[in-house]
Amino acid sequence: MNMVNDILQFLINALSLGGLYALMALGLALVYSILRLINFAYGELVMVGGYSLLVFGAGPLPWIIVALLSVLMAIVASLLLERVAFRPVRDASANTMLITSFAVSTLLQNGALLLVSPRTRAVRVPSFFIENVTVGGLLISKSNVLSLVVSLVTLAILTLFLRRTVLGSALRAAADDFVMTRLLGVRANQVIAAAFAISGFLAGLVALFWVGRTASVVPQIGLNPVLIAFVASVIGGMGSLAGAVAGGYLLGFLTVGLNTVLPQGLLDFRQAFLFGIVILLLLFRPQGLVSGMQSTERI
Amino acid sequence: MLAVEDVQVRYGAITALRGVSLHVEKDEIVALIGVNGAGKSTTLMTIAGVLKPAQGTITFEGQSIVGRSPEDIVRQGIVLVPEERRIFPGLTVEENLRLGAAIRSDRAGIRQDLEEMCERFPVLGERLGQPAGTLSGGEQQQLAIARGLMSRPALLMLDEPSLGLAPQLVDEIFQLVAQLHEAGVTILLVEQNVERTLEIVDRAYLLNTGEVEYQGAADELREHVDVESSYLGDST
Repeated sequence: MNMVNDILQFLINALSLGGLYALMALGLALVYSILRLINFAYGELVMVGGYSLLVFGAGPLPWIIVALLSVLMAIVASLLLERVAFRPVRDASANTMLITSFAVSTLLQNGALLLVSPRTRAVRVPSFFIENVTVGGLLISKSNVLSLVVSLVTLAILTLFLRRTVLGSALRAAADDFVMTRLLGVRANQVIAAAFAISGFLAGLVALFWVGRTASVVPQIGLNPVLIAFVASVIGGMGSLAGAVAGGYLLGFLTVGLNTVLPQGLLDFRQAFLFGIVILLLLFRPQGLVSGMQSTERI
Repeated sequence: MLAVEDVQVRYGAITALRGVSLHVEKDEIVALIGVNGAGKSTTLMTIAGVLKPAQGTITFEGQSIVGRSPEDIVRQGIVLVPEERRIFPGLTVEENLRLGAAIRSDRAGIRQDLEEMCERFPVLGERLGQPAGTLSGGEQQQLAIARGLMSRPALLMLDEPSLGLAPQLVDEIFQLVAQLHEAGVTILLVEQNVERTLEIVDRAYLLNTGEVEYQGAADELREHVDVESSYLGDST
């Protein structure tokens, strides 16, 4: 019974963290798949979501409204970034776009430093974020269950959207061959805006749980999510959406697994162990779990 | 219908087109022929709006289309089926076809055209739910052409549709192009297979190092090509 409980406990924690990582990675990979842009300002979208929670949460609004508004702000911020920062350099080299994303990231972080505060600010989160329930001798954190469910539902809805709608198949086609997609009359601006909107939506969702974990927000809050997203999408195979999700879950399982098996004295070094495993993985499979540009053709 | 006047295109320091002029009238089938690197594909990519000319004019049905985006030019009625087919391998055959109708919003009409494509290209009809990447080269070429037709183009531009296909498939593709023309589609065709091309087209332009070297009716071109066969290697 104890063994079964341990396994269940592990699965819930791993699926919960992995789901969150998968959402982070998907947001980064979606924009990359279409524009070949690694948007390092993605972390600052999480930050925008976090500060929105702070600002809207200060009023009398119920938390669910605050959460929806915060996700909306992240979407708006993402669309604005595309329009103001990335569209002017869209035809420039990949390096130019990369540098632009660093510039935007720094600008937004310093904006938060100046306008809000360099210090950690407490954010009001609903009580279920810190509550646990006991089910059959199993101690489960409610927020873990929530993030597990939210990430699975979000991934299911996104899959349906990508598979069943014209805009969805246009996004997948654009990830394959953007010029060809335009040659069929699919509007480049529409596809790119859709990718940034979804990316912002995912960053907003991530912000809810990321901020919820510590009930606080700092200007650098986006740093970890963007790093995790980047590593997960590299593990998955840069450019592959399924790969990004797989990479996210794998990273989540590895992290929770290391927390479980590492002896107390080594827990401080879990990041070193984690990235050691990532390096090994990439040595054996440099193209990632799911190789991005699959072009199968038989003649 | 389409008039290209004195178009120059540069890739950095390299001039790919040195003042190309050509025209295509409604219901015609016209070919661009010439060796590799003569500028055939560049010409089509420029008309389609992927490449921007440094100089010259392109008008379609009286309207200038220079500087328009590829997606706008498709809406004008010009569709390019580019070299190497460029189907979306991860998407199903049906998704590929439906994206071909991206500029249309008449659901019933799209449904009807989809059925028509399945009749005209039975292999596609049988494989609608399969990823397009699992099709053979010849099937992929049919898919690329069918996808192009889904927007109901006024002018269909085909870039080397017979490239890389087995001989009997080459026959099929040329038959298909001729059939499409008979069905009333105006076609601008780029081909390396000069002999077969001149059998099915009305007129042709011979391109060489970015310039129109010779132009005329298919018969005149054939005579000229015979004389100048050295330009075209073993194609004649």
